[in-house]
Amino acid sequence: MLRVLGAISASILAILLVAAPASQATSPSPTPSPSNQTFQNNISGFLRDDTRAPLAGVTITATKDDFTGTATSSANGAWSIGVPEQGTYTVELDEDTLPEGIALAEGQENPRDVTFSQTSNLSVIFAFGKGIVVQQQDFGQNLLNRLVAGLSFGLLLALASVGLSLIFGTTGLTNFAHGEMVTLGAVLVFAFNALGLPFWLAVLLALLGGGLFGYAQDRGLWRPLRRRGTGLVPMMIVSIGLALAVRYVIQFYFGGATQQLPFAQSPEIQLGPVSISPNNLWSLGISAVVIALIGIVLLKTRLGKATRAVADNPALAAASGIDVDSVIRIVWITGGMLASLGGILWAYYRPGVTFDMGSAILLLIFAGVTLGGLGTVFGALIGSIIVGIFVELTTVFGLAADLKYVGALFIMIVVLLFRPQGILGRRERVG
Amino acid sequence: MDFGFILASAASEIFSPTTAAYALAALGLAVHFGYSGLLNFGQAGFMAVGAYGFAISTLSFGVPFFVGLLIAIIASSIFALLLGIPTLRLRADYLAIVTIAAAEIVRYIVTTNQLTAVTGSANGLAAFEGGFYSMNPFPEGSYFGMNNRDFFIRVVGWALVAVCCTLVWLLMRSPWGRVLKGIREDENAVRSLGKNVYAYKMQALIIGGVLGALAGMIFTLPRGAVQPANYGTELTFFLYTCLLLGGLGTVLGPVIGAMIFWVVLSLTQGILYGLIESGAVTWLNTVQAGQLRYILVGVALMLLMIFRPQGVFGNKKELAFA
Repeated sequence: MLRVLGAISASILAILLVAAPASQATSPSPTPSPSNQTFQNNISGFLRDDTRAPLAGVTITATKDDFTGTATSSANGAWSIGVPEQGTYTVELDEDTLPEGIALAEGQENPRDVTFSQTSNLSVIFAFGKGIVVQQQDFGQNLLNRLVAGLSFGLLLALASVGLSLIFGTTGLTNFAHGEMVTLGAVLVFAFNALGLPFWLAVLLALLGGGLFGYAQDRGLWRPLRRRGTGLVPMMIVSIGLALAVRYVIQFYFGGATQQLPFAQSPEIQLGPVSISPNNLWSLGISAVVIALIGIVLLKTRLGKATRAVADNPALAAASGIDVDSVIRIVWITGGMLASLGGILWAYYRPGVTFDMGSAILLLIFAGVTLGGLGTVFGALIGSIIVGIFVELTTVFGLAADLKYVGALFIMIVVLLFRPQGILGRRERVG
Repeated sequence: MDFGFILASAASEIFSPTTAAYALAALGLAVHFGYSGLLNFGQAGFMAVGAYGFAISTLSFGVPFFVGLLIAIIASSIFALLLGIPTLRLRADYLAIVTIAAAEIVRYIVTTNQLTAVTGSANGLAAFEGGFYSMNPFPEGSYFGMNNRDFFIRVVGWALVAVCCTLVWLLMRSPWGRVLKGIREDENAVRSLGKNVYAYKMQALIIGGVLGALAGMIFTLPRGAVQPANYGTELTFFLYTCLLLGGLGTVLGPVIGAMIFWVVLSLTQGILYGLIESGAVTWLNTVQAGQLRYILVGVALMLLMIFRPQGVFGNKKELAFA
């Protein structure tokens, strides 16, 4: 018992140590300064006139109850007001401070009430001049674009879900802490980059960190629990505790704000009939290559064969001379690295790094794994791609953007009704 | 640091309406997980269905309080049926994934801007509690330092907890409850005795879900507002922590667990804030202190599950898992 306790505290310490550099990058200074930075939440925006030229020196006020915050837009038109808590604020733009000849567009409410919705940053857009023209895309074009974006999203989901599925296959654990493994990758890249390391090194170290986290989890927590013969349901609940602890450890050091990785801004390029951002294209390529590599390793190498044997029947695999523990260790390391990579790509896809970015897609990862069939690696791949494309396509077919995850979760439940073992799953795993 | 104040505010958490709501919802989980072995990870969804069912029927249709209450109960029963039909025949982890997904679907739907007129989207709904407080029999004045509204909601909340605990206790010692425990221990054995396992599980899912819906109402009434952000997956996980603190297969366990959970949260907050204010702790700000508490919740959940899965009052023989 004490060994497990020691192992847990050691792994938590390890998490704290691994996450430590991020604190230097992001935690606010201990002495509170009167600047906006002392607050966790921001209301912000850019002021641009109808020719996209920035408007400087415009005063904006946000009020709520007895709190009042003021900001003046800077030379590039940006303004930001730090606010103490989330809620509904009244934002007013002082029209007297606008440059001459500039007026708010018709129908622009001022002052207006704005409300935080689960993010720490709230952007408010004021339109000037004759108002903005919304570009209309034709349906086929839009469909094709969303299809490619969905494929890119699905493949990055697949990176995480293949790891989850491998872990489930070999140990039977439904790991609710997988979302935090995804977050860790992106947070580590941000932290190493903030320390001044070159981008490629930051990514490399983040992948190593993800692998290390997977290894530490297995070594410090899951292997001792397996040795004790802890059941699968208690292990699932332990993983929930781990997920909560790690999520808030990350928030402890990283803060609640959304940060951007380098090169996060990329204008869309036209590639044949498809317009796609280079980041998405890179993401698509990288995840496709990595997943192909995993597939080759699983199908063609001794290690892959051993992994599949352990997934099929651990006792029989051990009896035929396979070192089950080392296979599981490798699976955890691989799973951690894949999740990290998925997290980095997810940070570019959204775009942005937050402490809860991984838990936001955890259920989509589960949906992909369940759709494809719990414990089957290629099922997880197919399931994730379906989920990714489905999420992107639902917006084309008229579902509101803030409901796009609902469709994917709903389809998972419906599939369980008719084919509970998933697309590639086997019947015997279900009952 | 004012220890008197910190202790007093921690003690006041014992009988706060939020604690009553957590106790009720955790009691629902005890029916699901502790007695029937159903791994429901969507209790937050049941609470949201109850709270929104009541708030929407009051605000959009102007129904009286008890009709709203009835609608909340019916809505959560339907939600339980919808969840149960595809998953109760499957293994426990499927139920876990489907319930957590369904709870998130509920949260996304009440958050969406498409339905702002009905659900108030991210702002949520407010001013639906008038019907409840108009029934307040206590005249204005001070009751143990509370005003009559605060006192009324506490009386109602804890009376409800007491009634539900009694009902669950009676149910679980009835023949029906013994069959349920039998399903938890060995589903196939019970099935071979000719019992309809599926129906029993469904009934347990509905009863626990209705308890969750009532908890959702008790949770929102003192706030006078219901907001979707309160019903995330964390809420369910906190409820599991309460349940595991108290004890799985027990009636009073969830109640005591909820009390311990809130007292410890309040104590740690008071002490941490006090240390920060007095300058004894400089490596922490108040926001981080709040996060530190939730790190502790996560670690506590892990340690409880590993070292004392039966909780404070539970019996190790009564565990849903070996």
